[in-house]
Amino acid sequence: MARTISYREAINEALAQEMERDPRVIVMGEDNAGGAGSPGEDDAWGGVLGVTKGLYHRFPGRVLDTPISESAFIGAAIGAATRGMRPVAELMFIDFMGVCFDQIFNQAAKFRYMFGGRAITPVTVRTMYGAGLRAAAQHSQSLYPIFTHIPGLKVVLPSSPYEAKGLMIQSIRDDDPVIFCEHKMLYDTVGEVPEESYAIPFGEAGIVREGGDVTVVAFGRMVGMAEQAAGQLAGDGIECEVIDPRTTSPLDTETILESVESTGRLVVVDEATPRCNMATDVCALVAQEAFGALRAPVQMVTAPHAPVPFSDALEDLYIPDPQRIANAVKSVAGWKR
Amino acid sequence: MSEIDEITLLDAYRMMRTIRAFEERVHEEFATGEIPGFVHLYAGEEASATGVCMHLDARDTIASTHRGHGHCIAKGVDVKAMMAEIYGRGTGSCRGKGGSMHIADLTKGMLGANGIVGGGPPLICGTALAAKHEGAGGVGVAFFGDGASNQGTTLESLNLASVWNLPAVFVAENNGYAEATSSSWSVACDNIADRAAAFGMPGVIVDGFDFFAVHEAAGEAISRARRGGGPTLIEVKLTRYFGHFEGDQQTYRAGEVAHARENLDCLLRFRTRVTERDLLTDKQLDAVDVEVDALIDAAVAEAKRAPRPAPGDLATDVYVTY
Amino acid sequence: MTVRGLAVPKWGLSMTTGRILAWLVSEGAEVEEGTELAEIDTDKINGVLESPWPGVVRRIVAPVGATVPVGAVIAVIAPAGAAEEEVERVAAEARERLAAGVVPEESGAVFGTVEVEGRQICYATLGEGPEVIVLVHGYGGDKDSWLFVQEPLARRHTVHAIDLPGHGGSGKRVEDFESLTGAVAGFLDAIGAPPAHLVGHSLGGAVVAAVAAARPDRVRSLTLVAPAGFGTEIDAGYVRAFAAASSRRELKPQLGKLFADPGQVTGRLVDDLLRYKRLDGVAEALKTVSESMLDGDRQAIDVTALHAGLAVPTVVMWGGSDRILPYGGAGRPPGVRLVDGAGHMVHMEAPAAVVAAVEESVEAADST
Repeated sequence: MARTISYREAINEALAQEMERDPRVIVMGEDNAGGAGSPGEDDAWGGVLGVTKGLYHRFPGRVLDTPISESAFIGAAIGAATRGMRPVAELMFIDFMGVCFDQIFNQAAKFRYMFGGRAITPVTVRTMYGAGLRAAAQHSQSLYPIFTHIPGLKVVLPSSPYEAKGLMIQSIRDDDPVIFCEHKMLYDTVGEVPEESYAIPFGEAGIVREGGDVTVVAFGRMVGMAEQAAGQLAGDGIECEVIDPRTTSPLDTETILESVESTGRLVVVDEATPRCNMATDVCALVAQEAFGALRAPVQMVTAPHAPVPFSDALEDLYIPDPQRIANAVKSVAGWKR
Repeated sequence: MSEIDEITLLDAYRMMRTIRAFEERVHEEFATGEIPGFVHLYAGEEASATGVCMHLDARDTIASTHRGHGHCIAKGVDVKAMMAEIYGRGTGSCRGKGGSMHIADLTKGMLGANGIVGGGPPLICGTALAAKHEGAGGVGVAFFGDGASNQGTTLESLNLASVWNLPAVFVAENNGYAEATSSSWSVACDNIADRAAAFGMPGVIVDGFDFFAVHEAAGEAISRARRGGGPTLIEVKLTRYFGHFEGDQQTYRAGEVAHARENLDCLLRFRTRVTERDLLTDKQLDAVDVEVDALIDAAVAEAKRAPRPAPGDLATDVYVTY
Repeated sequence: MTVRGLAVPKWGLSMTTGRILAWLVSEGAEVEEGTELAEIDTDKINGVLESPWPGVVRRIVAPVGATVPVGAVIAVIAPAGAAEEEVERVAAEARERLAAGVVPEESGAVFGTVEVEGRQICYATLGEGPEVIVLVHGYGGDKDSWLFVQEPLARRHTVHAIDLPGHGGSGKRVEDFESLTGAVAGFLDAIGAPPAHLVGHSLGGAVVAAVAAARPDRVRSLTLVAPAGFGTEIDAGYVRAFAAASSRRELKPQLGKLFADPGQVTGRLVDDLLRYKRLDGVAEALKTVSESMLDGDRQAIDVTALHAGLAVPTVVMWGGSDRILPYGGAGRPPGVRLVDGAGHMVHMEAPAAVVAAVEESVEAADST
């Protein structure tokens, strides 16, 4: 039976159910228990925002606190994966990829290819991304396009509690390295989630809303923004088809192209900065594969080409919002040659 | 050292001799232009890989460096498949997709030569963690060079291995040069092993030209790790006979190689010691030489004949499923 | 002279709003109970709202295109003689509430689970009448598939819709056909229901027929909607493809075969089924159930003889355009009522006919 739980609880439940099912699953990261070696509580934090809370006592010896040394413990998760474990390592903020990227993109991502198909590296790296928490330039980025660029990695962007649980379970069961990107502003959002375990396959987009006028492809937190925009636009008689690709690698190109073939209009909403991001990628795809169907120029709604600012006065402008999305949709819906 | 039995001694000699012959031959063949890309040769350092890996079995894993052929051979990777890989053939250890710098065989616990200096130590924290979870006494050994001893990844891994009390051994092969830069300049302390104290683990310095010294030090570290006694840092001081990579004119070196070949050859030292003490005979050792030379001849001949990867292999093996 | 507001019914668990696609009557139209009033899009499937009462459509409050919450009043129905003032008062209140987004408390279904043979059986109960009706879905379906039927039946009866093992929210372990019939019989025992009227669709039809044969003391009547187990003809390709489908692209064309008009399959219906199919254990359960249903390309389940020996009143109905279990197949029972224009999902495509058939079964049981 489904019940309403938060995005945070959905991820925690996925971890717990997979740890219950498979003794090879271990969890590690900075303060994933929280309190290692301290005189107080030994499960003090459960991750900096509480996602892994409670697992430490439920699964003794399988939730590991780490020193703040991302290269070592992300690399350790990768090494353990080559030996048959199913580690879930937390890279607390995606911004910290800079201090461990080699282990992810030169090691984990390439083992299978470099070793001629004779390696599997079933590691999951959970990481928090996105703006909105007034966390400023080094704790707020949407760097998933960089991971998406790397062959050998799979990149997951759950947009809701239902997606978060099913995609996390798939990430753990998947035999390839997965970068699981959690938007920090979504942790407290709630939705219906089955109690049972379930895996959402990678590379299959969700069609969040059907509509025949404009295709809106949105990623991660932007899915909800696009849905809000689509709700407003329906009142103006513009029906949006909102597509949530769920994973940027693999990318469900078929669903996007099929939709654009029928609407002839495309808006892509991506919180990442605009050079070489998912918006440019989807627009290039459509320009190449569905040029004949286009009835208006494509539109991209993204952050500006700038670091994430601190002041709320600026950060609120930085993040794409329903109004900007609605304006973009209107501009393509009303476009005349 | 007297406890090492005859069979083990012969195996050790065969392993070192195989590495030497492999590398000398790759050096010759590379000069003909038939081998593509970069190769970094391990000749001169054989006692290190051999002295350590003689203690390892199927439970154990190693991570290596871009100078990885010796580690591969010592951990049991098939020599013919290695040679084919270096030639970029479809029959290679990695089907021609990895090359010299990425030879691996996970079924043998060999996590790959590694093109990234300092790439291996974090991985070994992970294999050691997996071994600890498995509880069968397995250990992970990270080989790295003096160059990697200055990398953050290595220092982080030393700390993590100590904090997690992992069954890991860190083997710093200090051959005096990171590329063309002397370790006496680039390593800020006198010995890499001195750094062990900073991570709360034993640090040991060994003579890398002496198989028996390496074997003894590694044996102690590995059995401590197997018993749950935590990690060790071993610094093996040695010399490479060739340049950083093939084609390196080595103008930064001044006659050291000739001196080393003459006076610091681990194979010659081994032979002298075991024959002087009547542990093995020259005849036994010569027979191994002949056997090894034949194997390397066959490996090169087969590699040259082997098919190259097919165009259809270009984008396969990127994912298990996609 | 009752003036009544016509509310958007809750057709199934997931329905929170409905969008008015079309009004099939105009203000002033005289309607009977069961007259089709409006087409409403529930996201899951487009349904037709039928008049619960006879009278005159005095006001249409919600226009075509409006999305309104479940329970909101969208029209006013009253006898021709009812006072205009009173009609306007009800209509005005409805308009006000729609504008304000105020939704009255809905008398929703009560959900429960019982344990039968070591597995959880989920059910939803609506209504409080003395007669007990149990709705049993078909292969791959769930209690929610009765969305258009449970609510109207619940006006007079206690109506339970259950999830068979391997389906919906019930335990996913299934061994064979007998584990399905055992679950239904066990459910009746577990809730301590008086003898009940069983309604089964497709595979559920075969299940309830078998339950009636095994436990005649528990059953007052049967309503079989396009039941399996009568004759051998079946679209085996559908059965296998449904079990195998794991993506929208694979599943949607299969679902289209269920309806006379494949256009009735909405994205929401496909998504809900995908959500179900992704649950751990469902793939295995569907494989087991599909294998128990098929013998090569023909039906393996045969309840003809069991049913022939029964004394309980039975109504059998079939969609004239059924492509899964085509009515014309050999061995279909006699006396079937054909529903023109319906495919395999008669209870979704022509719910009024199914409601009428169930009521008829209930009456027949009362008169025996």
